This record gives sequence, structure tokens and C-alpha cells, in this order.
Amino acid sequence: MRTVGEVIARRNREAAGALIGYLPVGFPTLDESVEAAVALVENGVDVLELGLPYSDPVMDGPVIQAATQQALQNGFRIADGFEAVRRITERTDAPVLIMTYWNPVVQYGVDRFADELAAAGGAGLITPDLIPDEGADWLAATERTGLDRVFLAAPTSTDARLVKTVEASRGFVYAVSTMGITGARSDVDRAARTLVSRLHDAGAEAACVGVGISTAAQVAEVLEYAEGAIVGSALVAAVAEGGAEAAGRLAAELARGTRPQ
Amino acid sequence: MALRDAHGPYFGDFGGRFVPESLVAALDELSEAYELAKLDPAFHEELAELGRSYTGRPSIITEAPRFAEHAGGARIILKREDLNHTGSHKINNVLGQALLTKRIGKPRVIAETGAGQHGVATATAAALFGLECTIYMGEVDTERQALNVARMRLLGAEVVAVKTGSRTLKDAINDAMRDWVTNVETTNYVFGTVAGPHPFPEMVRDFQKIIGEEARAQVLELTGALPTAVAACVGGGSNAIGIFHAFLDDADVRLIGFEAGGEGAETPRHAATITKGRPGVLHGARSYLLQDEDGQTIESHSISAGLDYPGVGPEHSWLAALGRAEYRPVTDAAAMEALRLLTRTEGIIPAIESAHALAGALELGRELGPEAVILVNLSGRGDKDMDTAAEYFGLYDGEQA
Repeated sequence: MRTVGEVIARRNREAAGALIGYLPVGFPTLDESVEAAVALVENGVDVLELGLPYSDPVMDGPVIQAATQQALQNGFRIADGFEAVRRITERTDAPVLIMTYWNPVVQYGVDRFADELAAAGGAGLITPDLIPDEGADWLAATERTGLDRVFLAAPTSTDARLVKTVEASRGFVYAVSTMGITGARSDVDRAARTLVSRLHDAGAEAACVGVGISTAAQVAEVLEYAEGAIVGSALVAAVAEGGAEAAGRLAAELARGTRPQ
Repeated sequence: MALRDAHGPYFGDFGGRFVPESLVAALDELSEAYELAKLDPAFHEELAELGRSYTGRPSIITEAPRFAEHAGGARIILKREDLNHTGSHKINNVLGQALLTKRIGKPRVIAETGAGQHGVATATAAALFGLECTIYMGEVDTERQALNVARMRLLGAEVVAVKTGSRTLKDAINDAMRDWVTNVETTNYVFGTVAGPHPFPEMVRDFQKIIGEEARAQVLELTGALPTAVAACVGGGSNAIGIFHAFLDDADVRLIGFEAGGEGAETPRHAATITKGRPGVLHGARSYLLQDEDGQTIESHSISAGLDYPGVGPEHSWLAALGRAEYRPVTDAAAMEALRLLTRTEGIIPAIESAHALAGALELGRELGPEAVILVNLSGRGDKDMDTAAEYFGLYDGEQA
């Protein structure tokens, strides 16, 4: 299996860029979330971002909140996240990142979490509420295990913070396209283009844009200037409506946005 | 180092900034504005003048001898934050943060609220300063504090009933943070307690520490000595840190925070965060937290909406870890009895939040004996709780207690 960085680089050589798809683990059930994730990869998603349901998801909009709240009510446990990664990586060769808020990692034990994620075949973590300034334990664990660490960059981040974020990140830098939380938007903010350009100036090899992307046209537009496009809420809504099959159909549609222009 | 000199972002192992990157610029901007304001005598004068001519500071102290008869004979002195404009200590912090909002030049404020005390205070300051205002309040709390919802709306604020999670204070904070992430360029988040990411724990404490500074001098003048113990209720902990802070380096003065014990700290239904929780990360800070094995926040329970919160400010976690302050649970039932007792013995109706400190003072008095002088922060008045109290005690016609 190739690393996240390698897959993104390859997709930028052979296509317009990489498509990254988000789904929460355990929604609507563990089995169905694994099936949906596999369906995404089979239909053109290059990198998976699996969200661990959390009680207080401050970066998430209503669609993802509703899905993760249901997963928690169904009894989701953190260990299910590793189980999902294991089952998905056995069936696909796409790298799988976990997206998690920080407290579950702290409570599991940062080193123990890193070891189990690596053992399950996971590629690393996207950490929406961990900034590099507070990330010493996680940086140490990733140096030891080789896991990727994807930090977020925002349009309001200063140049100095972007440099710090680029230096701390491995895999890619997650560019938050617009000021806001997750959820499909009709216009992906112009701020994204500026942010990605600033990230490149700060030394980023791979900047992927997330938050607000829901159509193939938006994927294509983002890939004009970024190395990857991240789709979340739209895929979650598809799973909610039509399960793995619907998610796969939407993925195939979105993947048309990665075709070379 | 004197304990009073402690400041953010970390208090020992507690505090920090566990937030989305989208908020870092706003937190930096707020920190810088606050650091500049701290050095500016004009800011302090303006805030002090608002305290005098708007809030009604200094708030008085009131000795409560008839109430104290039930406390082992100890003297009990109440710091009357309930007499502040808007009815609680929350106005102290809000006026400071509203002044900062004007300095930063943002036209809109948002806030979370549990009991509605902080929401009312924020809506009041927004009216005073001509700011747009949105208040996030858990749906459960909008029901049990309907009067405060009406007050906020009358003051011109938009009140959003939050329907996610436990539909209480914790979820109101989540939604306020989501609003802030989205609207940060035009909006300042007026955080209501000493929790959250840096600079809030330090800044809110600094705006509330006037409570203890006044009370320390007032008790000295009344009794000729410092109190034996200082009691306050603790949800997020702003009134408690406000009255504790002036005494932190008075090693002989015991500081006791009373958490909401709900149906009993030994049951699953309580909000006794330091008593029963363990360190974790919630709402931007590392602090004590009610959580399960996986780090999922456990829903808290308290009859008091203002204490119904599964986290606590990082400075309290630090003071607990140092052993400088103690934290104990008080049940719903004990708090409601204390509420009725103060009302019947002194003619003062406290907020249910503050009634937890009163119940704690009764317990402390019996432990410490008649020589003790106990200073209690009466952080808010009970008007907003009349419906809860009427239901609890069966005060409406056609009901039985």
C-alpha cells in the first residue's frame, strides 16, 4: 500500500488531483460503514478519511452531527475505529486516515492509539481540534510510528502559522475552504484558492481543500489549484439516504471531477 | 511565585488551546487586545466606572445570623453579587468583554448560557453598547428558564434553542463555537465562564476577581480578620474563582468549591466534575471532565441549569491538584433546602446555583464550629428560578409539596 503523500502525488501526475472521501465509522452500523467506505474506493476515491464519532464535534455541521450522534447511540466504541480500518485496508489499497477530535486519543493513550492505528493498517490522523502548538505528544508518536499527521489551515491563519502548520504536517495539509463548519455549500469560497496559494508559498507539497465541497464541478474547480479535494457531508447524506450503493454512485460522480482538464 | 500571579495559557497541567485552527487568529486577536487593555489605565477606569454607575459596585456584604443558626453557630457572611444589575456576577465579566469587543471593532457578540444569567448579562451589554447579539441556549434550559429567554429577547438578542446532544450548556457552547468558527471576522465570543481556550480562563477570572478583592477588604473591616473559609458554587467556576482569587495566597483561608451533586455524586446523575471526573480535553482546554472510558463526554445533571456542565475551568483543576482549594458535591435536595432556608431566615431568595454554596456553608459551619467565619459568594438571585422552586416545593395552587 502506498502512503497518502504518494497517492496524492501520483493522482496529480496522472489526473487533476486526488479525491478524498469522508465517512463516519459506525454509521448507520459498523458493517455498513465499512461497506460504504469500500464502495467509495471502488468508485474512484483515492484516500479515505474515517471519522470517529465524538460527543462534542465543534467543527461539524448538522449532517455529520446527526450521523455521528446516531453512531454513538448505537454504541460506537473507539476500538471500532481500528476494526473498521483493518477491514477496509484488507479489501482496498487506498490509504485510510482517521479524523478524530483530540480527547478520545488522549483518553485511549496517545502512544497506544498510534500503535493500534498503525497495526490496523491506518495511515495517520486528521485532528480538527489539535493545533501543532499543543501536539508535542502526537508529533513524538508519529515520529516513532511513521503515521501521517494532517493539521488544518484556515483562511485567517497568519503566514507564520501556515509555515508552522506545513512543517508539522505529513501526508497533506487540510485547507479549510471557507470560514465555517462542515456541510455542503453551493459556492466553495474564493478564500480557498488564496489559502492554497499561501500554503504552497509556505512550502506545502500537498494542500487538500475540504469543507463545503459536494459536486464534481466543485472537485474539478478545487483541483485546478489544490492537490486534493475532500468531500464529507454530501457522502454522509448519500449513505443516510441510500447506503453504500448510493455513496458509491456519488463517489463515481465526484471522481469525474478528477479527470485531467 | 504567588498563586495570584498564575496566568494562561497553562495553569500547571491544565488549560491550553485545543481548538480548530480557524479560531486561533481570533483568540490571538482577543489575547492581544486584552494584553493592551490591561496596560491601559483608560480601560480600567472605564470598566470601574461601569461597575460603579451601571452594575452597582461595590456589592455589599450581608451577615446572615438567622441562617447561621443552622450552621453550627459559625458566622456566615454573604457577598451580594445577587444585587448586581441583571441579578448575578455575570455582568462583571460581560462588561469587560463588551468593552474589548468595541476596542477590537467587531459589531456582533455571541454567547452561550445555561441558566440564562450570562445570556441576560450579554444581551444587556449588547443593548448598552449597541452590538448585535445571539445567545445559544440548550433547549432543555430554554424550557426551565423561560423567563430569562423572554428577558433576552426583550433586550433585543436572538435566542437560539440548541437541540443537539444533551440540549444543555455543553451543547450551547458547541453551537456557539460553530457560529464563531463561521462568523469570526465580524463576531466576538463573549464566553461566560473561566473555562474554554486561552485567553478566556485568565481573562474571565480577571474580570471576576473584583468580587474577592472587595469581599476580602469588607470582611476584614467587619470582623477584623480574614474569614476562616470561603464557599462558592462551581459549574464552570467563574464566581468561585472570582471570590477565591484574592485569597489564594492567604494560606490559612480555606477555599471550598461546591459542585452540583445532582441526585447524588454516587449516582450517574450529577455534575460533580472535579469530585468524580478525570483530566481530559473539552471546549478548548485540558481540565477535569465527566467522560466515559473512550473520552466521550458524559451528560451532566443538576436541578440548576447554571451548574449543569460536565467540565470545569482549568484554574480550578490546578487549585484542586495543588490542594489549595477543595471541591465537594452538594445534592439538588440539599441546595433546594438551603434555598428555602435562606429565604425564610433572611428574606433573601438566592439563585439555585448559589444555593449550592449556601448548603455547603451549612455543612462547613457544622464542621468548623462557632469560631468560624464563612464567606459565601451569593452569586445570583433566585427570581429566574421561581418556576423551578414553585414546582419543587408545590407552591402553585392545586399542588402539593
